[in-house]
Amino acid sequence: MTREEALFKYTLRLGDNALILSQRLSEWCSYGPILEEDLAMTNFALDLIGRAQAFLGYAAQLEGIGNTEDTLAFRRSERQYYNNQIAELPNGDFGHTMVRQLFISSFEQLLFSQLRNSKDETIAAVAAKTLKEVKYHASHAGDWVIRLGDGTDESSRRVQQAVNAIWPYTAEQFEMDEVDSLLVAEGIAVDLQSLYADWKNHIAAVFAEAKIAMPGECYMQTGSRQGIHTEHLGHLLSEMQYLQRAYPDAKW
Amino acid sequence: MGNDQSTMVAPDELLARFDARTAAGDAIEAKDWMPDAYRKHLVRQMSQHAHSEVIGMQPEGNWVTRAPSLRAKQILLAKIQDEGGHGLYLYSAAETLGISRDEMIHQLHSGKAKYSNIFNYPTLNWADIGAIGWLVDGAAIVNQVSLQRTSYGPYSRAMVRICKEESFHQRQGYEIMTYMMRGTAEQREMAQDAMNRWWWPSLMMFGPHDGDSPHSADAFKWKIKRHTNDELRQKFIDKTVPQAELIGLKVPDADLKWNEEKQSYTYGKINWDEFHRVINGNGPCNKQRMEHHIKVHNDGAWVREAATAYKNKQNAQKTNLN
Repeated sequence: MTREEALFKYTLRLGDNALILSQRLSEWCSYGPILEEDLAMTNFALDLIGRAQAFLGYAAQLEGIGNTEDTLAFRRSERQYYNNQIAELPNGDFGHTMVRQLFISSFEQLLFSQLRNSKDETIAAVAAKTLKEVKYHASHAGDWVIRLGDGTDESSRRVQQAVNAIWPYTAEQFEMDEVDSLLVAEGIAVDLQSLYADWKNHIAAVFAEAKIAMPGECYMQTGSRQGIHTEHLGHLLSEMQYLQRAYPDAKW
Repeated sequence: MGNDQSTMVAPDELLARFDARTAAGDAIEAKDWMPDAYRKHLVRQMSQHAHSEVIGMQPEGNWVTRAPSLRAKQILLAKIQDEGGHGLYLYSAAETLGISRDEMIHQLHSGKAKYSNIFNYPTLNWADIGAIGWLVDGAAIVNQVSLQRTSYGPYSRAMVRICKEESFHQRQGYEIMTYMMRGTAEQREMAQDAMNRWWWPSLMMFGPHDGDSPHSADAFKWKIKRHTNDELRQKFIDKTVPQAELIGLKVPDADLKWNEEKQSYTYGKINWDEFHRVINGNGPCNKQRMEHHIKVHNDGAWVREAATAYKNKQNAQKTNLN
């Protein structure tokens, strides 16, 4: 694998994570439990679309075969997507969405905090902008997990269920493959494994305040680095890509 | 809600002063004395306006997950977010009149409060998103520009702020239509189809002809309303028809003609039977929109209860510490 190929795949992964989570969050539009949260979730979705545009646009440029951010987003199939599976998990109830957001945004806060110093200038610039956003996402989601965890019996039960259900999808975020190793050596990427302890400490602190039990050792789902996904991604893509696929000659 | 003055002055005198102030074009503020009928009229109008912004998120939200490009998705989401924000802003403005948001939502669910009839129509293809921005927001702007000078201060200020964002919405809607009219035959067909379905309901947004409009007399006297339904409708038509022609869209009105003498368009007969049928609950989406809002509200109850319970626990803890 050349440095260019690795950089393309790395950027694509960053873009896919943003794109797929933004699609999920945008599904909340008009479904929020209060208007303020409806707006907050679509606001996060907007941040993530902006990030997806930046990374997918850069990936298209690196690839250099005439793709654009839009063809990368709307014309690839399931097996060509490299987002972590956690991003594509269905929204579930509001508690599920906040738990998923906490797991992802807390990871991203650590990730982008280091990527600010990437030797790749584009990645460093996008990371600097993104960091401000994900800090807010992480704290907003953390606040809700605490509120719901320490709210009523029902909300506590729902959040604990969400934590147990989503937990097996958390470790994949920290998986390293050849792409990562090559780019870590170049000073472009981040050693994801090195972020895990800080991430888990942060989650443990939130859970303690939320009176939520940390799940025990369990099997951790994996596959997205090879383009293997949950069954949910195909449905998400068929909805998202509908117009582009149905009218391939049209420009929107 | 009256101030100290109101306890000392006779009701007739208060009303006379109020009438004089509105006649002189003064802004009425939340703490000012106002007749019950004025307050009721405003609560009805402002809560309807707020509900419209919120219910309007449904037909537009219907295309968020299927928007055909990242940019289109971004613009649509931002627009819907603006609408939701307008809803919040208007709920707060209405709360200055002594009604809570919960109460307003309850009135929406019970059918006592209405929302704009236009959102009882479905969004069936992507061009509908263009048509909503261009025609529906276009019609709303004409109405809202006029409301910027409405006599109730909080409402008037809300309108000033909202109008700025709505003009951006209208431009993005027109941009979608323009792109589609420049596109493939299928895209042009979608655009014309959307035009055909949204044109007449957009004209109905201004309400019945002036002779048939309830609620109007007091609204004019108190300067809540400053232009008649027909004046505003005419303004919208005169502004919009040339925009349609410019991009090759046909206005679905065989009787539409330019009147050189009046320097405006004459237009065909509006189907008021349809208007009343939809207002009375038998539009394509009335039940769907209301069931959606009620279901989401009920499904979210556990979240709101948890937030309240958590807040109470925190407050209790603070009290114990003190």
